[in-house]
Amino acid sequence: MNSPQEHPHLLPDLQPPPAVAEPDPLPPLTDDPRHIGVSHPRSAARRLVLGQGQFVDDIELPRMAHVVYWRSQVAHCRIGAIDASVVRGMPGVLGVFTGPDVARLCKPWVATLAHLVGIKSAPEYALAMDRAHWQGEPVVAVVAETRLQAEDALQHLVVEWDELPAVLDTETALDPGTPVIHPDLGGNLCFERHLDTGGVDEAFARADAVFEDTYVFGRHTGVTLEPRCQIADWRPGDQAGAAEGGQLTVYHSQQAPHMMQDLYCRQFGLQESQVRVVCRDVGGSFGIKVHAYPDDFATVAVAMLLGRPVKFVADRLESFVSDIHAREHRIKARIAAAANGDILAFEIDDLTGIGPFSVFPRTSGIEGNQVVNLTGGPYRHRHYRAALKVVFQNKVPTCQYRGVGHPIACAVTEALVDGVARQLGIDPLAMRLQNVIPDDAYPAIGASGIKLEVLSHQACLQQARLLCNYDGLRAEQAVLRARGIYRGIGIATLIELTNPSAAFYGVGGARIASQDGATVRLEPSGAVTVLSSVGEQGQGTEAIYAQITADAVGVALDRVRVVTGDTDVTPYGGGTWASRGAGIGGEAVLQAGLALRDNILSTAAVILQRVDARGLRLQRGVVVDATTGAALLPLAELGRIAYFRSDTLPKGCTPELMITRHYAQRDYPFIFTNGVQVSYVEVDTDTGFVKLLGHWAVEDCGRVINPMLVDEQIRGAIVQGIGGALFEECLYNDSGSLSNGSLGDYLVPMAGEMPDIVVAHVQTPTRSSRLGAKGAGEAGTAGAPAAVMNAINDALAPLEARVASQPITPEKILRALGKV
Amino acid sequence: MTTASPRCQIRVEVNGTPIERTVEPRRHLVDFLREDCGLKGSHLGCEHGVCGACSVRVDGQLVRGCLVLAVQVDGRRVETVETATPSPRLRALREAFVARNALQCGYCTGGMLMAALELVERHPDADRDAVRLGISGNYCRCTGYHAIVDAVCDVLAAQRAGAFDATPQEAA
Repeated sequence: MNSPQEHPHLLPDLQPPPAVAEPDPLPPLTDDPRHIGVSHPRSAARRLVLGQGQFVDDIELPRMAHVVYWRSQVAHCRIGAIDASVVRGMPGVLGVFTGPDVARLCKPWVATLAHLVGIKSAPEYALAMDRAHWQGEPVVAVVAETRLQAEDALQHLVVEWDELPAVLDTETALDPGTPVIHPDLGGNLCFERHLDTGGVDEAFARADAVFEDTYVFGRHTGVTLEPRCQIADWRPGDQAGAAEGGQLTVYHSQQAPHMMQDLYCRQFGLQESQVRVVCRDVGGSFGIKVHAYPDDFATVAVAMLLGRPVKFVADRLESFVSDIHAREHRIKARIAAAANGDILAFEIDDLTGIGPFSVFPRTSGIEGNQVVNLTGGPYRHRHYRAALKVVFQNKVPTCQYRGVGHPIACAVTEALVDGVARQLGIDPLAMRLQNVIPDDAYPAIGASGIKLEVLSHQACLQQARLLCNYDGLRAEQAVLRARGIYRGIGIATLIELTNPSAAFYGVGGARIASQDGATVRLEPSGAVTVLSSVGEQGQGTEAIYAQITADAVGVALDRVRVVTGDTDVTPYGGGTWASRGAGIGGEAVLQAGLALRDNILSTAAVILQRVDARGLRLQRGVVVDATTGAALLPLAELGRIAYFRSDTLPKGCTPELMITRHYAQRDYPFIFTNGVQVSYVEVDTDTGFVKLLGHWAVEDCGRVINPMLVDEQIRGAIVQGIGGALFEECLYNDSGSLSNGSLGDYLVPMAGEMPDIVVAHVQTPTRSSRLGAKGAGEAGTAGAPAAVMNAINDALAPLEARVASQPITPEKILRALGKV
Repeated sequence: MTTASPRCQIRVEVNGTPIERTVEPRRHLVDFLREDCGLKGSHLGCEHGVCGACSVRVDGQLVRGCLVLAVQVDGRRVETVETATPSPRLRALREAFVARNALQCGYCTGGMLMAALELVERHPDADRDAVRLGISGNYCRCTGYHAIVDAVCDVLAAQRAGAFDATPQEAA
């Protein structure tokens, strides 16, 4: 629980909010719990506040060259003659490479997954071959000694092209008269899915209230403050340029180093022993840096062609047209309810545009698929029908970005629940309490077929009511409405998919690990080093692994060091995505730490000449007698003997003081979390501006390892969700060019317009692991757009106006009010 | 065809150290700091003056490092997040940022700290809303800003309680 919210209420006579009870502490995981569950500051942050991070662009290698890309200027074109004669003569220029040059080294890819039945895409190349399919697709690589020289030279590259008709509008993408982007695929349909529980038409027929609307979600993008970047360093083998025996090192701002290692192997015909991927500091990721981009492969290819390290750093303008975009959904949706408020059925029809290719290797079918899986997710209705169409278009490819389908599904679900509750005259909080799957009904299966291990919607709703002083807000809203001030309260109940099993990617044939590993090593001094396959992009992954290790082994926190982000060093694993770092990677760390403790105690028993380790405990760096607590052997002494005086140990005793454990979640396809968000807004009905007055989140991510870090994940994710709800949109003109592709034109949330965000926790641990942690990274983004949109519509309700298109701009609000 | 650009010799005091370099007139301050001085703590987030990740101080004045040319700081004093002799206020801000977890990836942090330092020095009475406005020139995509506001408010409160009374403000 963080400090009470500081937003001043206007009306002094309101009752103060009731006290919110702290959740009952969970039983401890270890003998001497001191760190799990504690808000320790991150030690890694100290380096960053001194300006001593090491981001990819900070790394300089000897003989390093710099690549810049000429990208398609138009949405769709046939590439003509490329004249680089002037470029090649420019100062510092080392090479100019086109699609066919790079294709000789790097195979094309087709991003599909077997479990997304019927998904199609076309071969995509590292650099465009004969056609370019979106404004921003890389076409030509220019490499020079310095970045400036490469940029100067790029100005003199002459590329001819013939513009082709562009497919932009998802609504007409499948029409017979619309050009087909990939003729070999026979149409612009990438993927479709239909789900029907049966009984939907009957439910709507017998309903007392039906509410329907069409929801639109604009495209937005991640805007990691550090752009995508990498350095490819190729050391040829016996023959220059030959794959045999060569060594590739890629310094990459990436979330999944082993995935990239595997992709470099497959596309370039290498084996794992030849490829090392290093991810040091990553300046924001959010899913943007979990995909394999064409220029990732192109940069490796030009490094191979030149035999020199090559650095690529996207500038912000090319980030906007080459980082994945996300969302762009149009969903026709309706809900049926009985007069008593029981929800009977949901139905949705989702149309989403994903650009010209499904993105490698996770595919672009996942977001729509998740919308189908998650819509209606918190509720206990049994009837549900969904249709999904995923279509190709000539815009930047879209793929998984923080929340992946959750913000869409949650906004649609919660808007429908509010809409039908309003028709029935039921308070929205009461409507949710009545309809959520009850806390004592788990495990349960949702109407879409999703398996829910254990959730706490009722507890979270009750806590949210207290946390935001719901009754007080309603009273304030009523008083202010009488004065012509329009405030609204929006509630979002949400589920979030975390701790995925192999059901997410592995079963579909993607070589993306669902397990993660941790190696824990006792150093001779008694310090402990942890090597984990899950890396750090700022979430605090390394910090929580240190906390888990300190408790599991029984050492001080400052004696633990965590190393991540190097495929040469760490165990194999999936990395950071789908909110899996704490739940999957953390469990591996816990298991490895407990195993190391056991081996330390076995070694101590030998040194202490005891029959076995029973009766010994490891506490705060010292082996003690479990009964008396008497200190028997400091770890430094144990380490000295184990590593340097093996001669004093009995024959056959080899201390194993480095342990590796892996963990994959196998009990459920995913471990779902849940939470509730409340947004309180004021709408200026003359200008359409929305002021965010307060935001509250109650979150159940199972066992909380570091409350401060979880709160910060929730807050940051909420603000990204608010960005999509109110500000962020990639706007295209009629010819398919992005018209707001700069940070000056594309709006991201700033401090001055964001509210304080109060976070509280309910802890319902998953039983699928000993740690009991679920993910926390995406729930904020999942719920915020729903809460904010519902709050705005609650404010507009007395004016009989409603918005259903995000981002909810002032113009859209004024249009809803009939003022423009 | 570009010919060799003219070069200018500049002398700059960077974090207390006099530095003399020859630069092209078009070189902006952050490239100068990163490429010519080896100071990697100022980051480029947009290079068009919006995100604030490159914020540094020139003669005590907060500037966008990507909108200032290196030749413009000839003869001036530049202060970056790496400064080896931080003022008590910058030291307090660093500690507060760590204590409050007011950074995640750390990419915006150098610029954010410089903006926060200016705010603490020039607006000692800033309240929470004023802090939010004061750092609105600096984007952070990770934190949602709440913890940054907490950290800056902590330092402002400490300043009002007299924590820095013994030391004059650096940037008068």
